[in-house]
Amino acid sequence: MEIDPFIFRLSIFILSIFVGYYVVWSVTPSLHTPLMSVTNAISSVIIVGAIIAALSGDEGVIFSSSSIYGFLAIILAAVNIFGGFLVTQRMLAMYKKKKKSK
Amino acid sequence: MSANISATLYLISGVLFILALRGLSSPETSRQGNLFGIIGMIIAISVTFLSVGNFTSGFIYVLIFLAIGGSIGAFIAYKIPMTAMPELVAGFHSLVGLAAVFVAISAFINPEAFDLGTPGNIKLASLIEMAIGAAVGAITFSGSVIAFLKLQGIMSGAPITFKGQHALNALILISIVILTFYLCSTQSSNLFWILIAVSFLIGFLIIIPIGGADMPVVISMLNSYSGWAAAGIGFTLENTALIITGALVGSSGAILSYIMCKGMNRSFFNVILGGFGATAETTGEKNKEQRPVKSGNADDAAFLMKNASSVIIVPGYGMAVAQAQHALREMVDTLKKNDIKVSYAIHPVAGRMPGHMNVLLAEANVPYDEVFELEEINNDFANADVAFVIGANDVTNPVAKTDPQSPIYGMPVLDVEKCKSVLFVKRSLSPGYAGIDNDLFYKENTLMLFADAKKMTEDITKNL
Repeated sequence: MEIDPFIFRLSIFILSIFVGYYVVWSVTPSLHTPLMSVTNAISSVIIVGAIIAALSGDEGVIFSSSSIYGFLAIILAAVNIFGGFLVTQRMLAMYKKKKKSK
Repeated sequence: MSANISATLYLISGVLFILALRGLSSPETSRQGNLFGIIGMIIAISVTFLSVGNFTSGFIYVLIFLAIGGSIGAFIAYKIPMTAMPELVAGFHSLVGLAAVFVAISAFINPEAFDLGTPGNIKLASLIEMAIGAAVGAITFSGSVIAFLKLQGIMSGAPITFKGQHALNALILISIVILTFYLCSTQSSNLFWILIAVSFLIGFLIIIPIGGADMPVVISMLNSYSGWAAAGIGFTLENTALIITGALVGSSGAILSYIMCKGMNRSFFNVILGGFGATAETTGEKNKEQRPVKSGNADDAAFLMKNASSVIIVPGYGMAVAQAQHALREMVDTLKKNDIKVSYAIHPVAGRMPGHMNVLLAEANVPYDEVFELEEINNDFANADVAFVIGANDVTNPVAKTDPQSPIYGMPVLDVEKCKSVLFVKRSLSPGYAGIDNDLFYKENTLMLFADAKKMTEDITKNL
């Protein structure tokens, strides 16, 4: 019997939860705020769905009822991607070690 | 582009996202981690363009909208003050939630574009995934909007409760399950819209009873939700990158909520049901008696610190409100010039989001290896000469260790009272968020400094 592809995706999902569990526990507490902003940025990979939706219109029709939602989602996700990564970078640039020259 | 190649590339971008989080295990590797995240995102977006392969005029519009959103995001990222990070993160969560809802709507209206069947005849599994993605996305959106309004101070941070609240919430949650069930059997678009509307409503209702100081839990929880919403959509789109990311973000937010709840010694449900305000009111009334308090000025504080050999600084939300982090660092610089050892003690729930204080101190150029977490530093208070409490309150209250009646009993607190002397910067004697008096105010070795945190810190520096 063939295995439903859904089971493969479910396996990836479950294993990723475990990977996430161990990886996030190893994040140092002082970086918890950047952790939140970067998870924010990467969860905006939902833009993938938004792009497919935006380009789903028929030939010659750019803004159909379904593609409009796609375009709106692109804007929202893009705000998040750029905002999330850049603000994370800005924060991480501030974490400095003690100067040993003392 | 063949489906296998694009699936492999999505997998690679998922792995890069894992490495992005992995990098955050230390500040040295974190910048590289962020770069991995960016590369992963670029791969995911490019692969999508190539696999759709539709480079007609629609494609130009996609780029235009991408550029519009991107410039708004970049503008916000550069302009936002570090003290406003909690609001920013809440705002960003709401966008992820809404984007998930929009993608789900689009997939529902035009399932052919996603290979999910035809309108009115969508594959059952896809429909369930879509409904979950839309519902969780909607909850994330409205919940985050309320959290944002509360953090911004547009909406009162006080818990809003009414009779029958929990019953109403339970009813709505049950109705979401029933709606999903009927949606699957009828494929009715009306039910789909109702499902989304009801989910918006429940997100709103869940967050309004939660008070301002519980925001660290709420933000982490919404972080988790945004991940599960993304994963739901990832299943609908059969996209590995989205499934991996959703799972990562979902578990990340869940762990942060757990850490925050532990920092307050409260169960997750206790926070979500908003039970804190109710208990606090009754205890607040009891402690009406006036007790003697020693108060001092900047001169006294400077004198105490000048004669100390080690000082521990305990920052809290008040420091963020007063924007006192830079003034504080200047004070510490002066102390260090006098060969006084200075370290910072951070309570897990200090501030309005996980790690809030660390970011503010980093912004003020405080080296991160001078900043310690509660477990790392708690034993050092007994050997320190001066504890300088700036903008923190409940997290230093010894009542949490001594009085089983207290609502914060059992919460891990910083052992500030063990210091030889305690300097407590505060505007007035008013109780903290939990509504309880802080015993620390009345201790023999405590000197209260009644002033704005920033002004007081500056004055102390002048007197050093």
